[in-house]
Amino acid sequence: MTAPLLSVRGLRVVFPTRRGDLVALDDVSFEMAPGEILGMVGESGAGKSVTGAAIAGLLDPPGHVAGGEIRFDGQRIDQLTQRAWQPLRGRHIATIFQDPLTALNPLYTVGRQLTETLRTHFPMSAAAARRRAAELLSETGIPGAASRLDDHPHQFSGGMRQRVVIALALAGEPRLIVADEPTTALDVSVQAQITALLRRLSRERGLAVMLITHDMGVVADTCDRVAVMYAGRIAEIGPVDAIVGRPGHPYTAGLMGAIPGLASPRERLVQIDGAMPRLTAIPSGCAFHPRCPRVFEPCASRRPDLMPAGATRAACWLHEGGLA
Amino acid sequence: MFGFLIRRLMQGAAVLTAVAFLSFLLFQYVGDPVSQMLGQEATAEQRAALRADLGLDRPFPVQFARFAVNAVQGNFGLSLRQGRPVAALFAERLPATLELAGVAAVIALSLGVPLGVLAALRRDAWSTRLLMGLSLLGVSLPTFLIGVLLIFAFSVLLPWLPSFGRGDTVSLGPWTTGLLTADGWRHLLLPAVTLALFQVALILRLVRAEMLEVLRADFIRFARARGLPDRTVYLGHALRNTLVPVVTVVGLQLGSLIAFSIVTESVFQWPGLGQLFIQAVTFADIPVMAGYLCLVALVFVVINAGVDLLYALIDPRLRSAGGHA
Amino acid sequence: MIAARWRAAWDGDVAWALRRSPGFLLSLALLVLLVAAALLADVIAPHRPFDLATLDLLDARLPPAWTAEGSAKYLLGTDGQGRDVLSALMFGLRISLAVGLVATAISLVIGVTLGLVAGYAGGWVDALLMRVCDVMLSFPPILVALLIDGVGRALLPQAHDSLALAVLIAAIALTGWVPYARTVRGSTMVERHKDYVSAARLIGVPGGRIMRRHVLPNVMGPVLVLATLQVGTAILIEATLSYLGVGVPATSPSLGTLIRIGNELLLSGDWWISVFPGLVLVLATLSINGMGDALRDALNPRLR
Repeated sequence: MTAPLLSVRGLRVVFPTRRGDLVALDDVSFEMAPGEILGMVGESGAGKSVTGAAIAGLLDPPGHVAGGEIRFDGQRIDQLTQRAWQPLRGRHIATIFQDPLTALNPLYTVGRQLTETLRTHFPMSAAAARRRAAELLSETGIPGAASRLDDHPHQFSGGMRQRVVIALALAGEPRLIVADEPTTALDVSVQAQITALLRRLSRERGLAVMLITHDMGVVADTCDRVAVMYAGRIAEIGPVDAIVGRPGHPYTAGLMGAIPGLASPRERLVQIDGAMPRLTAIPSGCAFHPRCPRVFEPCASRRPDLMPAGATRAACWLHEGGLA
Repeated sequence: MFGFLIRRLMQGAAVLTAVAFLSFLLFQYVGDPVSQMLGQEATAEQRAALRADLGLDRPFPVQFARFAVNAVQGNFGLSLRQGRPVAALFAERLPATLELAGVAAVIALSLGVPLGVLAALRRDAWSTRLLMGLSLLGVSLPTFLIGVLLIFAFSVLLPWLPSFGRGDTVSLGPWTTGLLTADGWRHLLLPAVTLALFQVALILRLVRAEMLEVLRADFIRFARARGLPDRTVYLGHALRNTLVPVVTVVGLQLGSLIAFSIVTESVFQWPGLGQLFIQAVTFADIPVMAGYLCLVALVFVVINAGVDLLYALIDPRLRSAGGHA
Repeated sequence: MIAARWRAAWDGDVAWALRRSPGFLLSLALLVLLVAAALLADVIAPHRPFDLATLDLLDARLPPAWTAEGSAKYLLGTDGQGRDVLSALMFGLRISLAVGLVATAISLVIGVTLGLVAGYAGGWVDALLMRVCDVMLSFPPILVALLIDGVGRALLPQAHDSLALAVLIAAIALTGWVPYARTVRGSTMVERHKDYVSAARLIGVPGGRIMRRHVLPNVMGPVLVLATLQVGTAILIEATLSYLGVGVPATSPSLGTLIRIGNELLLSGDWWISVFPGLVLVLATLSINGMGDALRDALNPRLR
């Protein structure tokens, strides 16, 4: 068993506001192995992006890590200063954002943005950087890469731009990429191409990817393991087949049931009543209990930790002591 | 992009026409056009001749057209106060105003932009708070008061600098310049600083606000996420993106310096266009007022067009055919 | 209903931010002080500087009380005619503030109305207004004010003092309406395309009422910030015009007039006649601008 690339234990992220502290992440723990693709799914506000930001050291102040630890390659990274993050960012941990249009500087050519990133991380001449930049562009599937180095971002289509963004993220030869909703802003047809690209890159380079998304379809296609988040906590985590096919947590089951399937067009879609609670008003015990169709006695008073539930681990009292 | 330019030119033409129309109304109906063209001492025959010539009983559009034609040639008749052609007066005084405005612009830019950038980057430093407080003071102080205080400080208390006039000037053909003599510079210093101060405060606040906006953008976040050092992120990406919209506003501001100099010229008795205008207002000298109006509009339109052109050159989104911002 | 709104506003984010802003509180305190001095000038001013009967030429050009040649009777000294600077200050402040406020109020009404109409009507009305705004913005306010003032003088050469004052206020008001018009027009256009407006129009609610009851409350925030800042600008414009000699009539001098009067004696070293009015002018505009700044920051959701 190789040592985990990323290890998150008991992570707690807090945003102080005038009305009191907002707990965005509450005791989140999971691990990532090198080269694996972990999906983080959940509704808006569940804490997926915050987790990604915390791992990449991009939490917007005054948000900060208030407890727990994050270890990358055994080294603690949750309390680093901005300066200490310098050698890590881009070089070992890279980030991809959702909207490729706003992620790229509209005034600089793509080539310039690439070469400046390359030369930041590696000592190389301008000419060598340019060659490498062209290589990166073709590796991410942009045709005629060399000639496109002098184009500006607005001259690329949406899908192409996201490939540029991925190329930029790869420039530092990172070992982990945090991809925050990389396909959400793209056309459906292009989404599949991008996810396929991410998977190919992961396999070829042994690159670990944390794929943050609210789209279960993307997750089912691309990920090795999946973590389902709810109200700042992990509800369930496990291999993708198990999560999709045999979910242990009622919330996950609800999410899976809400996906329309081609196979049975006449089924009614499952709907989960109510809405995810606001982070300022999280219910006691299990955060999901007010909406849960299988709620019973301990749910309202005691908060469940992740416990084995078949092939996955779920934070649900239904699985206490291994009962299903 | 070509279409963009054409549209701008047409807008400029529309502005000029509108202003010319206003001037025309002033000229014809507030004052007496005949006296304004011929001066007060014209004979009755001259007046009658001009009246017929001007076609004062002709339809309105004809009169306007005539005025416009004259205006384009710079002919606004004679100053009621001085009896000399308005155009000649303008030509005489233009160098003084242009030099003043030019030097003030340079001062304003070289102070305002760097300070604005610093204020944005060091948001919570006490030096920034001090700077913002001073800039607030800068936009709260009326220009004339700054001038008065500077005169008091540097001409009365510490008799270092003169308080009025241009000093020794050198004539280069039709242009008289004060920039070639030390005395000229001594006279230029206080008025230029006075004129520039308000602009410095404005530019500072503008650059800071714009830069703070840019620093929140996704591409800045992504640049940092890629591991680019702070210097590159701030002075490269952020600054470049800040300056692009700032350029337009600053350009317009500096363009209107020529009109802003009115007050400064009055305080320091600087023999420029502004002082001429004030005198015209005090004496209800309509031809000068009308002419000044058209001149300022022309300057504005030209600078506007120049700034738009500059913007199109800097922002690649406007450059490529079919590129959308 | 209104009271409930005020209560909501007081407890709301804006008031919270303002209460915590030292800049705002300081500015407010200063402004209250100045306004009180101006309003109570009749009562608390030690002298009547514009009542010729009370002037004594022997007291002319006295420096402030704390200097060697000064006299405790005239706290801030006297001018060339024996007028007490402190008292003249208070009355002058009153004129300056009054002109600034009235001119801004008129600007606001003109600008907001035009903005509402243009934003709601759209089409050529809107295009025309925008062109007019562009043209107006190409001229610095001083120039516009001077122009209107000059035209007024040309048209009415022997005008009565109050008419001259009216022309001045009109001139200042006409320089400042553009920002309101633009802001309100922008907001109106946004609101106009919203569903609730379409619904209201469908059931026959007249346009005017829609604009008043729905659009207007939404734009009042930015308009308020603008108005606060514009009062400062209006005061400065009036001061400048008065300094240049084309402002308020000489019988009711404002701070600008006082500075001009003192200017002639400045070069001889009698600094107090210009400096004190100048100081008060600066304090007034500083406090107003400070409040405007704090208000704008409080209303900007992204800076919170």
